[in-house]
Amino acid sequence: MRYIEPHAHMVSRTTDDYMAMVTAGCKAVCEPAFWAGFDRSSAHGFYDYFCQLTDYEPKRAAKFGLPHFSWLCINPKESEDVKLADEVIALIPEFLKRENVLGIGEIGLNKNSRNEMTVLEKHVNVAAENDQLILVHTPHLEDKRKGTQLIVDLIKSDSRIDPGKVLIDHVEEHTAKYVMDAGFWGGLTLYPESKCTSARAIDILENFGSERLWLNSACDWGVSVPLAVPYAAHEMRRRGYDDDAIDQVFYRNPVKFLSQCPNFTVR
Amino acid sequence: MKPKEKQNTVELYYMEARAKLIDIAAFMDRIERDGFTDDFRYKAFKDALRELDSENRAQSVLLSLSDPTEELIPFATTKAACGAWPDKP
Repeated sequence: MRYIEPHAHMVSRTTDDYMAMVTAGCKAVCEPAFWAGFDRSSAHGFYDYFCQLTDYEPKRAAKFGLPHFSWLCINPKESEDVKLADEVIALIPEFLKRENVLGIGEIGLNKNSRNEMTVLEKHVNVAAENDQLILVHTPHLEDKRKGTQLIVDLIKSDSRIDPGKVLIDHVEEHTAKYVMDAGFWGGLTLYPESKCTSARAIDILENFGSERLWLNSACDWGVSVPLAVPYAAHEMRRRGYDDDAIDQVFYRNPVKFLSQCPNFTVR
Repeated sequence: MKPKEKQNTVELYYMEARAKLIDIAAFMDRIERDGFTDDFRYKAFKDALRELDSENRAQSVLLSLSDPTEELIPFATTKAACGAWPDKP
Protein backbone atom coordinates (compact mmCIF):
# COMPACT_ATOMS: atom_id res chain seq x y z
CA MET A 1 0.00 0.00 0.00
CA ARG A 2 0.95 3.68 -0.26
CA TYR A 3 -0.07 6.27 2.31
CA ILE A 4 0.53 9.81 3.55
CA GLU A 5 1.18 10.45 7.24
CA PRO A 6 -0.53 13.85 7.47
CA HIS A 7 0.20 14.54 11.14
CA ALA A 8 3.31 13.32 12.94
CA HIS A 9 5.70 15.05 15.33
CA MET A 10 8.82 13.45 13.96
CA VAL A 11 11.24 15.61 15.97
CA SER A 12 10.15 13.41 18.90
CA ARG A 13 10.69 10.13 17.06
CA THR A 14 13.66 7.96 16.22
CA THR A 15 15.20 6.99 12.90
CA ASP A 16 13.77 3.49 13.49
CA ASP A 17 10.33 5.07 13.11
CA TYR A 18 11.30 6.67 9.80
CA MET A 19 12.55 3.29 8.59
CA ALA A 20 9.35 1.53 9.68
CA MET A 21 7.10 4.14 8.06
CA VAL A 22 8.92 4.04 4.73
CA THR A 23 8.89 0.24 4.78
CA ALA A 24 5.12 0.31 5.40
CA GLY A 25 4.55 2.50 2.31
CA CYS A 26 4.66 6.07 3.62
CA LYS A 27 5.20 8.52 0.74
CA ALA A 28 5.27 11.81 2.69
CA VAL A 29 5.12 12.97 6.30
CA CYS A 30 3.64 16.27 7.49
CA GLU A 31 4.67 17.77 10.82
CA PRO A 32 2.62 20.46 12.59
CA ALA A 33 4.28 22.70 15.16
CA PHE A 34 3.32 21.54 18.65
CA TRP A 35 3.97 21.80 22.37
CA ALA A 36 7.33 20.40 23.40
CA GLY A 37 5.98 18.96 26.66
CA PHE A 38 7.25 22.03 28.49
CA ASP A 39 6.73 25.77 27.92
CA ARG A 40 9.46 27.43 25.88
CA SER A 41 10.91 30.41 27.73
CA SER A 42 11.04 32.87 24.83
CA ALA A 43 10.36 33.44 21.14
CA HIS A 44 13.99 32.49 20.48
CA GLY A 45 13.07 28.90 21.34
CA PHE A 46 10.37 28.99 18.67
CA TYR A 47 12.76 30.48 16.13
CA ASP A 48 15.06 27.50 16.66
CA TYR A 49 12.10 25.10 16.53
CA PHE A 50 10.88 26.58 13.24
CA CYS A 51 14.41 26.15 11.84
CA GLN A 52 14.30 22.53 12.97
CA LEU A 53 10.91 21.97 11.27
CA THR A 54 11.90 23.65 8.00
CA ASP A 55 15.56 22.72 7.66
CA TYR A 56 16.98 20.00 9.90
CA GLU A 57 14.03 17.57 10.09
CA PRO A 58 13.43 17.50 6.29
CA LYS A 59 17.07 16.55 5.88
CA ARG A 60 16.76 13.79 8.49
CA ALA A 61 13.66 12.42 6.71
CA ALA A 62 15.39 12.66 3.33
CA LYS A 63 17.99 10.16 4.52
CA PHE A 64 15.15 7.64 4.39
CA GLY A 65 13.80 8.90 1.08
CA LEU A 66 10.77 10.43 2.79
CA PRO A 67 9.55 13.93 1.79
CA HIS A 68 8.91 16.00 4.93
CA PHE A 69 6.55 18.98 5.18
CA SER A 70 5.72 21.24 8.10
CA TRP A 71 3.10 23.58 9.55
CA LEU A 72 3.95 26.59 11.72
CA CYS A 73 2.36 28.20 14.77
CA ILE A 74 2.50 28.56 18.52
CA ASN A 75 0.49 25.64 19.87
CA PRO A 76 -2.70 26.40 21.86
CA LYS A 77 -1.11 24.86 24.96
CA GLU A 78 1.23 27.88 25.00
CA SER A 79 -1.40 30.44 23.99
CA GLU A 80 -2.24 31.67 27.48
CA ASP A 81 0.72 34.07 27.23
CA VAL A 82 -0.54 36.44 24.53
CA LYS A 83 2.62 38.60 24.55
CA LEU A 84 4.79 35.56 23.81
CA ALA A 85 2.30 34.44 21.18
CA ASP A 86 2.49 37.84 19.46
CA GLU A 87 6.28 37.56 19.30
CA VAL A 88 6.11 34.04 17.87
CA ILE A 89 3.39 34.87 15.33
CA ALA A 90 5.55 37.77 14.11
CA LEU A 91 8.24 35.19 13.20
CA ILE A 92 5.93 33.08 11.03
CA PRO A 93 5.72 35.11 7.77
CA GLU A 94 9.50 34.85 7.29
CA PHE A 95 9.29 31.05 7.58
CA LEU A 96 6.32 30.74 5.22
CA LYS A 97 8.84 31.27 2.39
CA ARG A 98 10.58 27.98 3.21
CA GLU A 99 9.92 25.31 0.60
CA ASN A 100 8.51 22.58 2.87
CA VAL A 101 5.92 24.76 4.65
CA LEU A 102 2.26 23.80 4.12
CA GLY A 103 0.53 26.49 6.15
CA ILE A 104 -0.52 27.52 9.67
CA GLY A 105 -0.97 24.76 12.23
CA GLU A 106 -1.75 23.09 14.44
CA ILE A 107 -3.59 26.09 15.85
CA GLY A 108 -6.81 25.89 17.85
CA LEU A 109 -7.91 25.65 21.45
CA ASN A 110 -6.80 23.53 24.40
CA LYS A 111 -8.83 24.52 27.49
CA ASN A 112 -11.17 26.91 25.64
CA SER A 113 -9.90 30.06 27.34
CA ARG A 114 -10.25 33.69 26.23
CA ASN A 115 -6.53 34.08 25.55
CA GLU A 116 -6.43 30.85 23.54
CA MET A 117 -9.25 32.25 21.39
CA THR A 118 -7.42 35.57 20.95
CA VAL A 119 -4.31 33.75 19.73
CA LEU A 120 -6.39 31.52 17.44
CA GLU A 121 -7.89 34.65 15.83
CA LYS A 122 -4.39 36.08 15.28
CA HIS A 123 -3.25 32.85 13.60
CA VAL A 124 -6.32 32.77 11.35
CA ASN A 125 -5.54 36.33 10.36
CA VAL A 126 -1.97 35.39 9.36
CA ALA A 127 -3.35 32.51 7.29
CA ALA A 128 -5.86 34.79 5.56
CA GLU A 129 -3.32 37.52 4.85
CA ASN A 130 -0.84 35.02 3.39
CA ASP A 131 -3.35 32.69 1.65
CA GLN A 132 -2.26 29.66 3.68
CA LEU A 133 -3.86 26.32 4.43
CA ILE A 134 -4.94 25.88 8.07
CA LEU A 135 -4.57 22.82 10.29
CA VAL A 136 -6.59 22.99 13.51
CA HIS A 137 -6.07 21.09 16.76
CA THR A 138 -9.27 20.48 18.71
CA PRO A 139 -9.18 20.09 22.51
CA HIS A 140 -8.84 16.81 24.34
CA LEU A 141 -11.49 14.69 26.03
CA GLU A 142 -14.13 16.66 27.99
CA ASP A 143 -13.12 19.92 26.29
CA LYS A 144 -13.45 18.69 22.70
CA ARG A 145 -17.17 19.25 22.01
CA LYS A 146 -17.21 22.83 23.20
CA GLY A 147 -13.83 23.70 21.70
CA THR A 148 -14.66 22.23 18.31
CA GLN A 149 -17.85 24.25 18.07
CA LEU A 150 -16.09 27.47 19.12
CA ILE A 151 -13.35 26.88 16.53
CA VAL A 152 -15.74 26.01 13.71
CA ASP A 153 -17.93 29.03 14.47
CA LEU A 154 -14.93 31.39 14.53
CA ILE A 155 -13.37 30.25 11.26
CA LYS A 156 -16.71 29.94 9.50
CA SER A 157 -17.45 33.58 10.34
CA ASP A 158 -14.27 34.78 8.56
CA SER A 159 -15.29 35.37 4.94
CA ARG A 160 -11.63 35.42 3.84
CA ILE A 161 -11.23 31.72 4.68
CA ASP A 162 -12.29 28.97 2.28
CA PRO A 163 -13.51 26.05 4.45
CA GLY A 164 -12.09 23.64 1.86
CA LYS A 165 -8.62 24.87 2.78
CA VAL A 166 -9.07 24.14 6.51
CA LEU A 167 -8.69 20.76 8.20
CA ILE A 168 -10.14 20.37 11.71
CA ASP A 169 -8.19 17.57 13.35
CA HIS A 170 -8.92 15.03 16.10
CA VAL A 171 -12.64 14.74 15.34
CA GLU A 172 -14.63 11.98 17.02
CA GLU A 173 -18.20 10.72 16.89
CA HIS A 174 -19.60 13.77 18.72
CA THR A 175 -17.79 16.41 16.64
CA ALA A 176 -17.43 14.99 13.12
CA LYS A 177 -20.86 16.11 11.89
CA TYR A 178 -20.41 19.69 13.10
CA VAL A 179 -17.11 19.93 11.22
CA MET A 180 -18.27 18.24 8.03
CA ASP A 181 -21.56 20.16 7.83
CA ALA A 182 -19.58 23.43 7.95
CA GLY A 183 -17.65 22.39 4.82
CA PHE A 184 -14.30 21.76 6.49
CA TRP A 185 -12.05 18.74 6.14
CA GLY A 186 -11.77 16.51 9.21
CA GLY A 187 -8.90 14.50 10.67
CA LEU A 188 -9.21 11.26 12.63
CA THR A 189 -6.36 10.66 15.05
CA LEU A 190 -5.47 7.10 15.98
CA TYR A 191 -4.40 6.96 19.62
CA PRO A 192 -4.43 3.91 21.86
CA GLU A 193 -6.54 5.61 24.57
CA SER A 194 -7.41 9.27 24.25
CA LYS A 195 -8.70 9.59 20.69
CA CYS A 196 -9.86 7.00 18.06
CA THR A 197 -9.14 3.33 17.65
CA SER A 198 -8.88 2.02 14.09
CA ALA A 199 -12.30 0.39 14.37
CA ARG A 200 -13.96 3.61 15.54
CA ALA A 201 -12.22 5.64 12.85
CA ILE A 202 -13.63 3.35 10.17
CA ASP A 203 -17.08 3.58 11.80
CA ILE A 204 -16.82 7.38 11.43
CA LEU A 205 -15.84 7.04 7.77
CA GLU A 206 -18.89 4.82 7.25
CA ASN A 207 -21.25 7.15 9.12
CA PHE A 208 -20.05 10.56 7.94
CA GLY A 209 -18.56 9.86 4.50
CA SER A 210 -14.96 9.47 3.45
CA GLU A 211 -14.60 12.33 0.96
CA ARG A 212 -13.23 15.01 3.31
CA LEU A 213 -11.59 12.93 6.04
CA TRP A 214 -8.04 11.72 6.58
CA LEU A 215 -6.44 9.53 9.25
CA ASN A 216 -3.25 10.29 11.13
CA SER A 217 -1.13 8.91 13.95
CA ALA A 218 -0.18 12.28 15.52
CA CYS A 219 2.76 10.35 16.94
CA ASP A 220 4.87 12.41 19.32
CA TRP A 221 6.73 12.02 22.63
CA GLY A 222 3.64 10.57 24.36
CA VAL A 223 1.83 7.25 24.07
CA SER A 224 1.31 7.00 20.31
CA VAL A 225 1.98 4.62 17.43
CA PRO A 226 3.90 5.83 14.37
CA LEU A 227 2.47 2.99 12.26
CA ALA A 228 -1.11 3.62 13.37
CA VAL A 229 -2.11 4.73 9.85
CA PRO A 230 -1.10 1.52 8.02
CA TYR A 231 -2.56 -0.46 10.94
CA ALA A 232 -5.90 1.29 10.30
CA ALA A 233 -5.59 0.42 6.62
CA HIS A 234 -5.23 -3.20 7.66
CA GLU A 235 -8.37 -2.83 9.75
CA MET A 236 -10.24 -1.51 6.70
CA ARG A 237 -9.10 -4.55 4.76
CA ARG A 238 -10.42 -6.81 7.54
CA ARG A 239 -13.77 -5.04 7.19
CA GLY A 240 -13.94 -5.97 3.53
CA TYR A 241 -12.70 -2.80 1.83
CA ASP A 242 -10.73 -3.23 -1.40
CA ASP A 243 -7.40 -1.66 -2.35
CA ASP A 244 -9.03 1.24 -4.20
CA ALA A 245 -11.09 2.33 -1.17
CA ILE A 246 -8.03 2.09 1.04
CA ASP A 247 -5.93 4.11 -1.40
CA GLN A 248 -8.67 6.76 -1.51
CA VAL A 249 -8.67 7.25 2.26
CA PHE A 250 -4.98 6.87 3.04
CA TYR A 251 -3.36 8.42 -0.05
CA ARG A 252 -5.65 10.28 -2.45
CA ASN A 253 -7.62 12.16 0.24
CA PRO A 254 -4.59 13.71 1.96
CA VAL A 255 -2.92 14.39 -1.38
CA LYS A 256 -6.07 16.21 -2.55
CA PHE A 257 -6.18 18.48 0.50
CA LEU A 258 -2.43 19.08 0.78
CA SER A 259 -1.99 19.74 -2.95
CA GLN A 260 -3.86 23.00 -2.45
CA CYS A 261 -0.48 24.19 -1.17
CA PRO A 262 1.98 24.59 -4.08
CA ASN A 263 4.83 23.41 -1.86
CA PHE A 264 3.29 19.93 -1.51
CA THR A 265 4.55 17.47 -4.06
CA VAL A 266 4.70 13.71 -3.84
CA ARG A 267 6.23 11.25 -6.24
CA MET B 1 -18.80 4.54 2.69
CA LYS B 2 -19.42 0.80 2.72
CA PRO B 3 -17.20 -2.19 1.96
CA LYS B 4 -17.77 -4.13 -1.24
CA GLU B 5 -17.77 -7.33 0.78
CA LYS B 6 -19.63 -6.82 4.06
CA GLN B 7 -18.04 -8.80 6.87
CA ASN B 8 -19.66 -10.34 9.95
CA THR B 9 -18.71 -7.66 12.48
CA VAL B 10 -19.75 -9.84 15.41
CA GLU B 11 -17.23 -12.37 14.18
CA LEU B 12 -14.61 -9.63 13.83
CA TYR B 13 -15.14 -7.75 17.08
CA TYR B 14 -16.97 -9.91 19.65
CA MET B 15 -13.96 -11.27 21.53
CA GLU B 16 -12.32 -7.83 21.69
CA ALA B 17 -15.54 -6.22 22.97
CA ARG B 18 -16.06 -9.06 25.46
CA ALA B 19 -12.58 -8.50 26.88
CA LYS B 20 -13.21 -4.76 27.19
CA LEU B 21 -16.55 -5.39 28.92
CA ILE B 22 -14.90 -7.65 31.50
CA ASP B 23 -12.17 -5.04 31.99
CA ILE B 24 -14.86 -2.43 32.74
CA ALA B 25 -16.51 -4.77 35.23
CA ALA B 26 -13.18 -5.44 36.92
CA PHE B 27 -12.39 -1.69 36.96
CA MET B 28 -15.67 -0.96 38.73
CA ASP B 29 -15.11 -3.79 41.22
CA ARG B 30 -11.62 -2.39 41.92
CA ILE B 31 -12.81 1.20 42.44
CA GLU B 32 -15.61 0.10 44.75
CA ARG B 33 -13.34 -2.30 46.64
CA ASP B 34 -10.80 0.49 47.17
CA GLY B 35 -13.42 3.06 48.17
CA PHE B 36 -12.93 5.70 45.47
CA THR B 37 -16.55 5.85 44.37
CA ASP B 38 -16.88 9.56 45.21
CA ASP B 39 -14.34 10.58 42.59
CA PHE B 40 -16.12 12.81 40.03
CA ARG B 41 -14.57 10.82 37.18
CA TYR B 42 -16.04 7.57 38.48
CA LYS B 43 -19.43 9.18 38.94
CA ALA B 44 -19.24 10.52 35.36
CA PHE B 45 -18.21 7.07 34.18
CA LYS B 46 -21.26 5.47 35.81
CA ASP B 47 -23.53 8.15 34.33
CA ALA B 48 -22.04 7.50 30.89
CA LEU B 49 -22.82 3.79 31.17
CA ARG B 50 -26.52 4.69 31.00
CA GLU B 51 -25.92 5.96 27.45
CA LEU B 52 -25.36 2.37 26.33
CA ASP B 53 -29.15 2.15 26.10
CA SER B 54 -29.28 5.00 23.56
CA GLU B 55 -29.20 4.74 19.76
CA ASN B 56 -25.91 6.54 18.99
CA ARG B 57 -23.99 5.04 21.88
CA ALA B 58 -20.46 6.27 21.11
CA GLN B 59 -21.64 9.83 20.49
CA SER B 60 -23.88 9.79 23.57
CA VAL B 61 -21.13 8.49 25.86
CA LEU B 62 -18.73 11.16 24.57
CA LEU B 63 -21.33 13.89 25.11
CA SER B 64 -22.08 12.60 28.59
CA LEU B 65 -18.39 13.03 29.48
CA SER B 66 -18.14 16.49 27.87
CA ASP B 67 -18.27 20.04 29.19
CA PRO B 68 -21.80 21.12 28.14
CA THR B 69 -21.20 24.87 28.57
CA GLU B 70 -20.73 27.28 25.67
CA GLU B 71 -18.67 30.18 27.10
CA LEU B 72 -14.91 30.65 27.01
CA ILE B 73 -13.29 30.28 30.43
CA PRO B 74 -11.41 33.34 31.83
CA PHE B 75 -8.02 31.62 31.67
CA ALA B 76 -6.51 28.13 31.58
CA THR B 77 -5.24 26.90 34.93
CA THR B 78 -3.94 23.59 33.57
CA LYS B 79 -2.94 22.18 30.21
CA ALA B 80 -4.31 18.68 30.75
CA ALA B 81 -7.79 17.22 30.33
CA CYS B 82 -9.02 14.56 32.74
CA GLY B 83 -11.73 12.79 30.72
CA ALA B 84 -14.79 14.02 32.62
CA TRP B 85 -16.32 17.41 33.36
CA PRO B 86 -15.55 18.24 37.01
CA ASP B 87 -18.58 20.55 37.46
CA LYS B 88 -21.18 17.99 36.42
CA PRO B 89 -23.98 18.03 39.04
